[in-house]
Amino acid sequence: MSAIALFRAPAGRATLWRRFFTQETLLAGAIIGLAVVVGLINPRFLAANNLADILLGNAYVAVAAIGMSMVIITGNIDISVGALIGVLATVSGSLAVAGAPIVVTWLAPLVLGVAVMGLQGVIVAYVGVPAIVVTLGMLSILKGGLISVTGGKWITDLPVAFHLADIEIFGFIPMPVAIMVGATAVAAVWMRWWPRGRAIYAIGGNAEAARLSGVSPRRTLVLVFALHGFFAGIAALLFATQLRVIQSTTPSGLEFTIITAAVVGGVSILGGVGTVVGATLAAVLIAEITSALVFINVSPFWTHAVQGTLILATVIADIERRRRRLAGAAR
Amino acid sequence: MSAVTTSARASRARIFLRHETVLAALLIVALFGLGLFNDRFLTVDNLLNQGRLMTEIGLIALPMTFVIITGGIDVSVGAMVGLCAIVLGYSWKNLGFPLPLAVVFSLAVGAAAGLANGLVITRIKVPAIITTIATLTLFRGLAEGISQAHSVRGYPDWFYFLGQGDVFGVPTQLLILIIAIAVFGVVLDRTSFGRTLYAIGSNETAARFSALPVDRVKLTAYTLSGLMSGISAFVLVSRVTTTRSDMGMGYELDAIAAVLLGGTSVFGGSGTIWGSVIGLVMIQLLKNGLALTGVKGDATIMVIGVVLIASVLIASSLQRRRE
Repeated sequence: MSAIALFRAPAGRATLWRRFFTQETLLAGAIIGLAVVVGLINPRFLAANNLADILLGNAYVAVAAIGMSMVIITGNIDISVGALIGVLATVSGSLAVAGAPIVVTWLAPLVLGVAVMGLQGVIVAYVGVPAIVVTLGMLSILKGGLISVTGGKWITDLPVAFHLADIEIFGFIPMPVAIMVGATAVAAVWMRWWPRGRAIYAIGGNAEAARLSGVSPRRTLVLVFALHGFFAGIAALLFATQLRVIQSTTPSGLEFTIITAAVVGGVSILGGVGTVVGATLAAVLIAEITSALVFINVSPFWTHAVQGTLILATVIADIERRRRRLAGAAR
Repeated sequence: MSAVTTSARASRARIFLRHETVLAALLIVALFGLGLFNDRFLTVDNLLNQGRLMTEIGLIALPMTFVIITGGIDVSVGAMVGLCAIVLGYSWKNLGFPLPLAVVFSLAVGAAAGLANGLVITRIKVPAIITTIATLTLFRGLAEGISQAHSVRGYPDWFYFLGQGDVFGVPTQLLILIIAIAVFGVVLDRTSFGRTLYAIGSNETAARFSALPVDRVKLTAYTLSGLMSGISAFVLVSRVTTTRSDMGMGYELDAIAAVLLGGTSVFGGSGTIWGSVIGLVMIQLLKNGLALTGVKGDATIMVIGVVLIASVLIASSLQRRRE
């Protein structure tokens, strides 16, 4: 109900201002502003290799946040993605060590990611079990399964060709950054202009209305989960190839960082609103904040507290803003 | 809704198919099954020890039942356990609080944390799942920040009575859990507060129009969740004799699994304390039974995940058949 009211922007000068004053421009401003402030305190923060590290080390969070945004836009949630990325990275790395062709090691996490997430999507869409329960269960299945199979051993001696992150496009753009930007762009365009992509917003805004206008909420939901699995696969690949070793455990709390990126990026938790561009920018901002804390001599143990405050503040601001707009639309 | 039109035969079938009944039967079968596999399982010592181990999750699962009955959820409980444990240890060791005061202080912090959840959920109307995901990160982050990864040890001997002592041969904390179960059960069944929880879960708007204090009741439920997380932290610290910021990690999963396994609907409006207790015992015995038959600790997490999804799948298909 509210989604329709939100799409109708008020007329007049306010429109132009609101067009410019989006979550995306706000985030971009915050990214630059923070860089300037921290750069003034500690110029080493702005060193090219530090900025590159921020992007390179966190591209996988941004890529995973794309799929998470889609899931949240449909009004669902997924807390199994962190564990899934851990499993997929381990599978990919193990295949590489076992001597599988590099193409296979790169494709396996994508296929497996689509399969696992697609299965969850089917349970959510067709059996009607809430996503929070399904993904909570899957989280412990993946986590427990991974540790009991690998025993927490690190995967080392990865073949040189496996390291996707070493490839540079045109000789200067590192592959993870290219993938991050490319995936965000493709997903953003698809969700903005393709009917299938629009359908994601439709079922998040009002599933019944979407069904009546010929969109199948169930099929769309399965598609969204499958796509989320695909992006998780890419994220796992970036995660696996960024270092020379793979810790075969699930990165703890990763799902919350990914959800934070999606929500801080402007994806509304009530469904129906948000863009993947915002999510990617938010992922960069979060990584920047984490790095900045180190440069202004704040103990890294405070990182999660800052992250938690950030997500809570954004969520509260989102709800308040919606309420004010709704009140404005009703007047 | 369909209760009025149900025939006598169907209602007999319903008693038979009641989630708690099915679960209790399953529990007995599992008990004897595991007992046959391993002769160390069905012993008084082992069962009492399992009671000791399940108390920490049990204390959280009780208010979790309240919260889920209202149609909400609280995934920040594990983080609140961590925060309370750190506050307890830090205020005693670093701030020089006398230990009893430190305990009370950490319980107050737990209640305040739960109250904060409740305020964001009822006043600002942020969905419970998102609120508690955010505060999970925040509370765990506070625990990490305050402790700076230092653990606190060396508590006086009397402090361990709660976590390691016995009263008439029964583990101390198991007695506390039993008292808590009785209190929560009576409150849910016999007080207007308890009945309001169901009313909110079945239809929050209708509850509001019936002049029920919806926000106050929800606020109380989330505050209880924080307070009980504090008590759980107290028991945990006393049992393992140390305080670390990663304490209670993943407790939310076990507690929610116990509640849902016990037949409380994740959509709210139905559920019982007895169901949650059976769910809790099932999970603990499953863990223990599997461990005794040689399954490693991590694999049991996997089994809990399977059990959680399976129980909700079965519950929803039973529900569908009834309708």
